[in-house]
Amino acid sequence: MSNLDTPTPNSSPPSTTDQGEVDSTKTLSPMKEMAFMFLRNYEAMFGLILLLGIAAFTFLGPLLYPTDPFEMVWAPFTYPGEEGFLFGTDYLGRDLLAEMIAGGRVSIAIGLSAAAISVVIGVFVGALAGYYGGIVEEALMRFTEFFQVLPTLLFSMVIVALFGASLWTVTFAIGIVSWPAVARVTRSEFLRIRELEYVTAARSSSARDGYLIFRVILPNALPPIIVQANLMVGSAILFEAALSFLGLSDPNVMSWGQIIGSNRTYILDAGFAVAIPGFAIFLTVLSISLIGDGLNDALNPKLRQRG
Amino acid sequence: MTTSRGALKVTDLKVHFGGKRSLFSKKASVVHAVDGVSFQIPKGKTLGIVGESGSGKSTTALAIMRLVEITSGSVSLGDTAISELEGDALRSARRKFQVIFQDPYSSLNPRLRAGAIVREPLDLMNIGTPQERKNRVDELFSQVGLRPEQQALFPHQFSGGQRQRLGFARALSTMPDLIICDEPVSALDVAIQAQILNLMTRLQQELGLTYLFISHDLGVVQHVCDEVAVMYLGQIVEQADRVNLFSNPQHPYTQALLAAVPTIRNGVAGRGRNRKSKALITGDPPSPINPPDGCRFAGRCPKFQSICRRVTPQMIVLDENHQVACHLLNG
Repeated sequence: MSNLDTPTPNSSPPSTTDQGEVDSTKTLSPMKEMAFMFLRNYEAMFGLILLLGIAAFTFLGPLLYPTDPFEMVWAPFTYPGEEGFLFGTDYLGRDLLAEMIAGGRVSIAIGLSAAAISVVIGVFVGALAGYYGGIVEEALMRFTEFFQVLPTLLFSMVIVALFGASLWTVTFAIGIVSWPAVARVTRSEFLRIRELEYVTAARSSSARDGYLIFRVILPNALPPIIVQANLMVGSAILFEAALSFLGLSDPNVMSWGQIIGSNRTYILDAGFAVAIPGFAIFLTVLSISLIGDGLNDALNPKLRQRG
Repeated sequence: MTTSRGALKVTDLKVHFGGKRSLFSKKASVVHAVDGVSFQIPKGKTLGIVGESGSGKSTTALAIMRLVEITSGSVSLGDTAISELEGDALRSARRKFQVIFQDPYSSLNPRLRAGAIVREPLDLMNIGTPQERKNRVDELFSQVGLRPEQQALFPHQFSGGQRQRLGFARALSTMPDLIICDEPVSALDVAIQAQILNLMTRLQQELGLTYLFISHDLGVVQHVCDEVAVMYLGQIVEQADRVNLFSNPQHPYTQALLAAVPTIRNGVAGRGRNRKSKALITGDPPSPINPPDGCRFAGRCPKFQSICRRVTPQMIVLDENHQVACHLLNG
C-alpha cells in the first residue's frame, strides 16, 4: 500500500495515538486500492491483456477480414498457411479464420450473458436465504440443491431440446444450471456479514430490509461473488462448447464449440480444424481464470495489507 | 424517582431464546438470557450494568434497542413505550435511542466514507434537508474531536479510538435522549479508553444525555457511572449508587467481583498476601437453559444457606439508593 501513496507535504510519521493525524491525502477507496493491487499482479495483467487481445481479434476481426464464415471458399481441409488461408479450411471448405472470428464473438457473448444470468439468480436467491434465515433459507437452499443435484450437462441438454436450439435458449440453459454455486457463495457471505455490528447499527437506525440487503450487506459481500462470476464466464464458454460439440447449439450461429463439434469426425485427417478452436477456448478460459485469481487476491484484505 | 423526559424505565424485562422443541426431547430448551430485569435511569444520568460473560447484559441492551424480541416486560423512554411500538412508529422513535458498539472495527461499514457513516442515520430516518444533514455532520465531527476533512476517509484509515469517536458521532446524529453503550471502550487500550470516557462525560453534560453503560470493567464503571447494577445469569442481584456499591457491596457476588479486580499491590486477590480477607469464587455460572431454582448464585456462593436452593430471593431495598437480592440480608 505504502508505495502507492502520493507524497504528502506533511511528512511527519503516522502517529498511533488517538489524537494522531491521519494522513488526509490518503483517501484511496477500498475499490481503488483493489484496482491498484490488481494492476500490480503480473499473472492477472497477463490474463487481462490476453483477454483483451482475444476480444480485439473477434470484435475487430470482421472489419479487417470480412470473409463470410459460412461461405465455401476453397477445397475442404486446406492446411493452415496453404493457399493463403491462415487457419486453413474446414470440412466444408469454409475459411477457418473467418469462422474463428465469428465464433469467438458468440462464445464470449454466451459466456458473459450466461454468467450474468447465473449471477443475478444466484445473488438474489443467496441474499434472501442468507439474510432472512429460518424457513426462507431452508426453502431456498433446498430449491438450490434441487438444481445442484441435477447433472448439469444433461439438464441443459433437456432445456435446449425442449425449447429448441437457439442462441437464447443455450444462454438461458447455461445460466439456469450454473447459478447454485453463486447462490451458495452469496448466502455464506450474507450469513457472516449480517451478524456484524455495522449491520446492527444500520438496523438500529431504522434501516429497512431492502436497504440492509442491497446497500449494506451486498456491497461488502461482493468480492467472492465477483470472483465466482468471473470463473463462471470461463465455465460457460466451456459449457457452450460442450453443447455445440454434442450438436445442441444453434446451427445458424458460428461458435468455437460448434467448429469443434462439426469437424470432430475428421479429427484424424484434419486435426487443426479441431485444435485451433480448442486452443482458442483454452486461451480464453485461461485468461479469465488468471483474472479471477488476480481479483481474488486483490479483493482479499489480508493479502492487500501485506502488499 | 419521577419519570421525566428522557428517563429510561425498564420493568420486569425478559428475553428468552429458543423454545423450539427438538425432535428427540420432549422438553423445550429455552435460554433465559434476561429474566426479569427492572431499573430506571433518570435523565442525564448513567447506569452501569456489570457482570461476567453470559450474564445477559448485552442482551438487555439489544432488547431495549428493540433489536431482539422482548419476551415480556416493558421498556419506556420518557413518555414513549418503546416495547409497545411496531413498524413505522418504532422506526421514527428510534431517533431517540441509539447505540455504540464494542468493536470499533466491525461497527463501521468498510465501504462507506466516515462522513457517510455519520450521516447514515439521518438519511435513513429522513431527518432534515440535505443541507441540514451536511451541517449536522460537520457539527458532529467537531463535537467528537475529529477534523471535518476526515469525512472523506474510509474507516480503515482511522485508529481504534478515532473509529469509536465516529461510532459516537453516528449515535449522536439524530439527537437521541438515550445512548446505550455496549462495552464502548473494552476494545481500546487504556490511554485511549480515558479519552473516550472523558469525551462521553463531556457530551453528557453538554447535551443532557442518558447513558446505559454496559461493561465488565469495574474500573471504567466506577469512572463514569452514577449508579451500578450487577447482573448474574439474567437477573440483577444488586443495584446501588456508585459510592455505595464500591464501598459497601452487600451481595456475595458483588463482593467477589470487586475482590477480583487486580490491584497494583496485591495482584488478583488470592495471590496476594491478604488472601484471607477476599472472597473468591470458583466455577462457572450455571447454564441459562433451565436455570436452577432458588438463588441462581447459590451453587458458587461462599455464604450459601439451605434456603438459597429453595426460595428465589426478592429485591430488598436497603435504602433509597441500594437494593440487593440476597437471603443473607433478611435476617
